[in-house]
Parts: sequence; structure tokens; C-alpha cells
Amino acid sequence: MMFQDFTMAHVYYMLNGLLWTIGLALIALTGGSIAGSVLALMAVSRNKLARRIAKLYIFVVQGTPLLVTLFIAYFGANYVGVDVPPLVAISIAFSFYAAAFLGEIWRGSINSVPMGQSEGSHALGLSRVDSMRFIIIPQAVKIATPPTVGFFVMLIKNTSLASVVSITELTRTSQIVSNATFKPLQVYLLAALFYFLVCFPLTIVSRRLEKRLHKS
Amino acid sequence: MNYLDFGGVFSRMDLLISGAILTMQISLVAMLFALVVATLVAVMQLSSFRVVRFIAVAYIEAIRNTPFIVQLFVIYFGLPAIGLSLEPLPSAVLAMTFYGGAYTSEIIRAGIQSIDRGQVEAGRSLGMSPLDIFRYIIIKPALAAVFPSMVSQFILLLLSSSVVSAISVPELTGIGNDIQGMTLRNMEVYLVIAAMYVGLVALLKGGLTLLERKVFPFKFLRG
Repeated sequence: MMFQDFTMAHVYYMLNGLLWTIGLALIALTGGSIAGSVLALMAVSRNKLARRIAKLYIFVVQGTPLLVTLFIAYFGANYVGVDVPPLVAISIAFSFYAAAFLGEIWRGSINSVPMGQSEGSHALGLSRVDSMRFIIIPQAVKIATPPTVGFFVMLIKNTSLASVVSITELTRTSQIVSNATFKPLQVYLLAALFYFLVCFPLTIVSRRLEKRLHKS
Repeated sequence: MNYLDFGGVFSRMDLLISGAILTMQISLVAMLFALVVATLVAVMQLSSFRVVRFIAVAYIEAIRNTPFIVQLFVIYFGLPAIGLSLEPLPSAVLAMTFYGGAYTSEIIRAGIQSIDRGQVEAGRSLGMSPLDIFRYIIIKPALAAVFPSMVSQFILLLLSSSVVSAISVPELTGIGNDIQGMTLRNMEVYLVIAAMYVGLVALLKGGLTLLERKVFPFKFLRG
């Protein structure tokens, strides 16, 4: 059997996969943000049932390996009886996954706004919703930004697991190139480099934001 | 619309349990190795030699900014190209050790930095050897302080062990894939192993909390 030479065409193919990696991470961030903010609000609400549900959701999703969550979404579409393309099923799974982590990060951020702030707004006659909206959330967002960027890095890395269910993101395209050229070491190190070049700057940003937060 | 039928999965429960045991075994071994690597790297990071610090930081950043599955592929598929062929199981443990070690070392470094300098000076003036100072004054209280963060990290390590099914290690997810192939009851299989992972996580969390009480009893003294 003949193997292909490892050429620029293969590198471009891998870069095309990188676009999917970033795209998938962005979809998950968007979907996860919507569901995650609902979860965070449920987790800090006064309703005991809402708090319990949010807590249980976070515990179950964080206690399941992402890979297994992806399998459930990938195969699960059949059981709901709708014909969903794999990419859509996987995007939904990543959104559910991101929601659990973002919900937890944001709950922590809301809780770390000093009590005096909500007491103060209560004393000024603000309703609970208004105090959330104008006093608590704006301060919580500042606290939440560094860990949210950090989680986005984690999300980018974790989209690599979508390769196992044949989504042609960076890891999958690397596998294909590795099989075609039989240069696994070069190919996977190059893939690692691509991931690093995307993730490392974001890691630095997250760290800078964190430092700035601690100064103020 | 299909109906869920767990019969084929439950009749192969013995296979799943053997997979869960292997998952626990490779995770525990990797945790232990990762702890050793992490301590070493944390100390390297606090070294006064620039080169040593750089090596530690380069290792941490390289691991933390690349996906685990790619690290696993580099070790399992890549290293044979330079004459280093490893079986799937040792490859998995090695990858998990490097992966867990990088994250854990950041936690341990924070713990070491939280130790008051005065304690070290006190130890020195009492005539303790540098090794004893490191052992009793620095690392033990440091690990005690950051133990809860380490528990979270080890849980993530346990969950990431599912990824090694990609190089055909017959741990829980790998067994799940096999049963899925045999029964074609994919949804049922993965729901069951998801529940089993949640159980393993609870078990690990409980076990490590007990260990914390045993190893660091001074954390739980009252008064």
C-alpha cells in the first residue's frame, strides 16, 4: 500500500478542520450561555425546587464524561423519532454540556457579589428583579469574565471529542491525514500546535482579566 | 419512535462492571503518578533557576492548551515513529499522568505559595533538615490546604479516562462501545454507563473525603 506525502494540501485540510473546531466551540458557547444563565438564576432563586433542579442538572452533566454525553446525543436522535443531522445533535450536546459549567461559574459569580449590595438595593426600595438586573448582575459579570474565557478554552479543547463521532473538526481531519500519510507524530504534533495557537492567547487574556480584577 | 429495551445491556452487566473496575484502576494509578509529577513540577516552578522554571512552565502550558485526545494520539500513534511503541493501557496511563500532572501542579503550587515563610524559618532555626522542612512544613500543609481543589481535578481526570476508549482500552466507555456493537442498543448502553460514571464520581468523591480526614486529621480539629 502506498502512502501520500505529507503536503501543504493536508495542512490546509487540517486548517479547515480548525474552522469547524472554533465554529463548534462558538455554537456551544452561545447555546450554553442561554441555558447557563437560566440555570444560574435558578440556582440562586428563592424557589427551593428550582434550586434543586439546577443543582441536579449540574451534578449529572458534570458527573458524566463528555464523550458519553456525545454518544447519547449522537444515537439519541433516533429515539426522539426525528431525523437530526449528527452535527446538529452534537451541537446540542455541547450546548447542554457548556450550560452546566457556565451555570455553575455564573452562580458562583452572583454569590460572590457582597451581601451588602443586595441589602443596600433592598433598602433603597428596588424590587428583587431590579436589584438583580441593575446591581448584582453588572458586578457579577465582571467577576465571571475571566473564568468564562477560561471555560471557552476548555470548550475549544473538548470539541476534539467530536472527532470520535466523525465530525470533521481538527482532530478528525488530523486522523484522516495521519491515516493517509502515515506520519502520525508530525500530524498530531501539528494539530497540537494549532490548538495551542488558538488556546494560549485566550488563556493569557483570561489570566490578565483575572489580575486586573484582583487589583481593583 | 423506538422504545428503550435495557434487557441486552443488563444481561451484560458483568462486562460493564469489569470496565468500571478498569476505569477506576487506571484513574487511581494515573492520579498517584500525576500527584508525583505535579509536586515535582510545582517545586521546579518555584526554583531559583530560570531554565528549570521555564521547563516547568512550558510543560504546563503545552498540556493545558491542547486537547487530551491529541496528547493521547501523540503518545500512542506518534511515539512509535521514534521507536517508542507502547501498548494501549500504558499509553493511556502515561497520557493521563502528564495531563493530570499539569493541572494538579498549578493547584499544588498555589498551596505551597500559601505557606507562610516564617514557618520555614522556624523549622530551620529548630535545626530541621531541608528534606524534613519540605516534607512536614511545606508539602503536607500545602496539600491539606488545596485538597478540595485536587478532588475536583481528580474527578475530571476520572471522567477524561473515557477518552482512552479511542485507543481501544477496554475501560467502561470501551466496553460500552463493544456492547453497543453487539446489541445495537446504543441509547440504552450509554444511558447506563452515564449513570455508572455518576456513581464512580460519587464513590471517588466519598473516598477522597475519607482519605482527607485520615491523612490530614489536623484540618478537622476543633477549638
